[in-house]
Amino acid sequence: MMLSRVADSLYWMSRYLERAEHVARILEVQMNLMLDRGSVTVEGRWNRVLKCLGNPVVGEGFRDPYHLAHRLAFDAENRSSILSSISAARENARQVREQISSEMWEQVNRMFHEARRASAGDILVDEPFDFLRAIREGSHLFQGITDSTMSHEQGWQFIQIGRALERAISVTALVDTYYTDLEWNRAEVVSDPLEWIGLLKSATAFEAYCKKHGAEPRLDWIAEFLVLDAEFPHSIRFSADQIAYAVESIGDHSRRASQLLRLTGKMRAQLGFSQIEEIMHSGINGYLKNIERQCLEVDLTLRDAYIGYSIEEALGA
Amino acid sequence: MATAEQVGLPPPFDHYGLGAACDEMFTRSGETRPQYQALLEAMRELTPEEINRRKQIADLSFLHQGITFTVYGNDQGTERIFPYDLLPRILTGSEWETIERGLGQRLTALNLFLKDLYHDARILNDGTIPREFIYSCKHFRRQMRGLRVARDVYVAVCGCDLIRMPDDRFVVLEDNLRVPSGVSYMLTSRQVMKRIFPSLFSRCEVQPIEHYPQALSSTLRALAPKGRLDPTIVLLTPGVFNSAYFEHTYLARQMGIQLVEGRDLTVHDNVVYMRTINGLRRVDVVYRRIDDDFIDPLAFRPDSTLGVPGIFNAYRAGNVTLANALGTGVADDKAIYAWLPKIIKYYLDQDPILDNVETHLLEDRSTRKWVVDHLHEMVVKAVGESGGYGMLIGPHSTAAEREQFARQIEADPRNYIAQPTISLSTAPCFIDGKFESRHVDLRPYVLYGDKITVVPGGLTRVALRKGSLVVNSSQGGGSKDTWVLH
Repeated sequence: MMLSRVADSLYWMSRYLERAEHVARILEVQMNLMLDRGSVTVEGRWNRVLKCLGNPVVGEGFRDPYHLAHRLAFDAENRSSILSSISAARENARQVREQISSEMWEQVNRMFHEARRASAGDILVDEPFDFLRAIREGSHLFQGITDSTMSHEQGWQFIQIGRALERAISVTALVDTYYTDLEWNRAEVVSDPLEWIGLLKSATAFEAYCKKHGAEPRLDWIAEFLVLDAEFPHSIRFSADQIAYAVESIGDHSRRASQLLRLTGKMRAQLGFSQIEEIMHSGINGYLKNIERQCLEVDLTLRDAYIGYSIEEALGA
Repeated sequence: MATAEQVGLPPPFDHYGLGAACDEMFTRSGETRPQYQALLEAMRELTPEEINRRKQIADLSFLHQGITFTVYGNDQGTERIFPYDLLPRILTGSEWETIERGLGQRLTALNLFLKDLYHDARILNDGTIPREFIYSCKHFRRQMRGLRVARDVYVAVCGCDLIRMPDDRFVVLEDNLRVPSGVSYMLTSRQVMKRIFPSLFSRCEVQPIEHYPQALSSTLRALAPKGRLDPTIVLLTPGVFNSAYFEHTYLARQMGIQLVEGRDLTVHDNVVYMRTINGLRRVDVVYRRIDDDFIDPLAFRPDSTLGVPGIFNAYRAGNVTLANALGTGVADDKAIYAWLPKIIKYYLDQDPILDNVETHLLEDRSTRKWVVDHLHEMVVKAVGESGGYGMLIGPHSTAAEREQFARQIEADPRNYIAQPTISLSTAPCFIDGKFESRHVDLRPYVLYGDKITVVPGGLTRVALRKGSLVVNSSQGGGSKDTWVLH
């Protein structure tokens, strides 16, 4: 038996850590790209970064890249900055400290203190890559620790759902932005490979993509790989599979849970049976918007099923 | 003060200072009490370095188990281990037998007293205790009037503070009848001691205390509402920021029950439920570690966000048991304490097995004048406070402090009591590589469900500052493991 509050905290702890990792990776790619000239202006690229992250920093025009990077990494007012996300993950972990392993707590606590220490200095100017890499690795370490020190029971499944759902949402926004933003005719071979390699790297997909398709960046292949690939862990389909599997594993057969099972099963089926030709033909942005909507619905339904359900409904069921 | 050299204490205690107070290990003439013989021999065999090494092992063990409390004041929230001393405090079986009987008697009488207060109030009507003492007490809960609690048990968990007088007798200094804490330190320090001094421990034949969580669990089970045969028990905590949060998690884990916060519980049709991912689950017994004031914003403090709206009505309807009951604080008011011998006589027709400390109530003008004139040798306490707050220790006070207390007493005499300054007994502690004497008290834990259970032991609290008489953990106190021998 698991308290709803505990499940909620585990879910959000996991989502926030995944978010921190994602922001760190996007920043890392972007700051790397900044060193090379391409067909897109510096400002254009930064605007794209903001769009990928759902425009977390609003209300000011583009000034200088380091200022913006700082806001994305450390700004306390930006609720999805790396530091804010890690801090929120830690708060959630603290609430359920007795439910997670002490190794997990120590790791998230360590990440918080390291990020906080980094926020005080000029680390983004001096050695941005070391810092961003440490964040990514910290998150990977946390996942490894979680998998090997915590029982894979219901609580662990909520952690899986949190991470996979956050990942599905971020990758959807990422792909959507690139396919809206960049000039692309329906030509198969891209005209500015640097930017597209950036997209793949933002989803840690570059090497895996090359293994499958060789180094040639083709728009339909990239889209297929990031959206529909069955084996690559950052593809949207992979996340959808994980979500559906975890929801089944929670093993609740109430009426409230059946709605969630239906939604996650549907999303898995849709991604599993789609073909890239169809998607490209009818418009990838529309397809991704639809996926994004389903993700948000999963989040709401999850809450209705397990956490914020009404008393009347629960007693009636 | 007699020094150890004068009375010739055995090594390695030859520099240990015997004071005016009674000492737990040595008699006044410097003989080692028999129950401490094995400890003495063990200490003789160990070098200070070796003891230090074991102390470090113990420290690490506490740290790794997360037996810590949080020190606030900086935003990092530093965690420290609870200060403790390595040397056990040892009681004989016969000393314990008296304590056990005395506590049982006291708790029985207190429960009868509470039942009477919240029902017929016989003890007030016949003038044995003046009404104004009860109705002016800030912990009296008029909402409890006429409410039947399960088995008429108001106080299910009690921690009594005992001290040893210069004549070796134990007396009761305070009753803690609301949400007494500290039992987790008793249990965890026993675990650590067994690891640190295994051979000494087995030589001494110490009575076990490890069954406390089971005893608590069956006490709570016995208090379940009628007809709930397989009751669901939960521990209600104020949350992670409470200083006793470690204890809450520890006990919940040991008992195998859910640790819940107010927001996990919800009340519908006067039934309490907890929210789980598999739906609502009915709750029958709440071992609550939240004060009365905060438990239900609808019945008590409306600004409380820790509590459960509506739980009081469910309680009133008899659908849930709260342990301890609400309103028990009236009986551990320090002015009511003064009436305890009378209360025991009144309900049980017995003389108290454990005496009280002589206590002066200050409403009478002549007593008040006498006390104010003798403030430098008295201890004055605010009646509703705990944790060593609101207290004046005469011999250690400044003239300005005494003047301030005298003014406060005049302004509100009902709010204060005065007691003679009693030198708590001392026990040897290992401090900075040497054996030194420090003042100690004893807090055993008493359980009352279908029967009275006192696990043989308790928390021995130590005033770690030299000469200090304040043992509260919030005021620089530490703890010792307490061994009761067979």
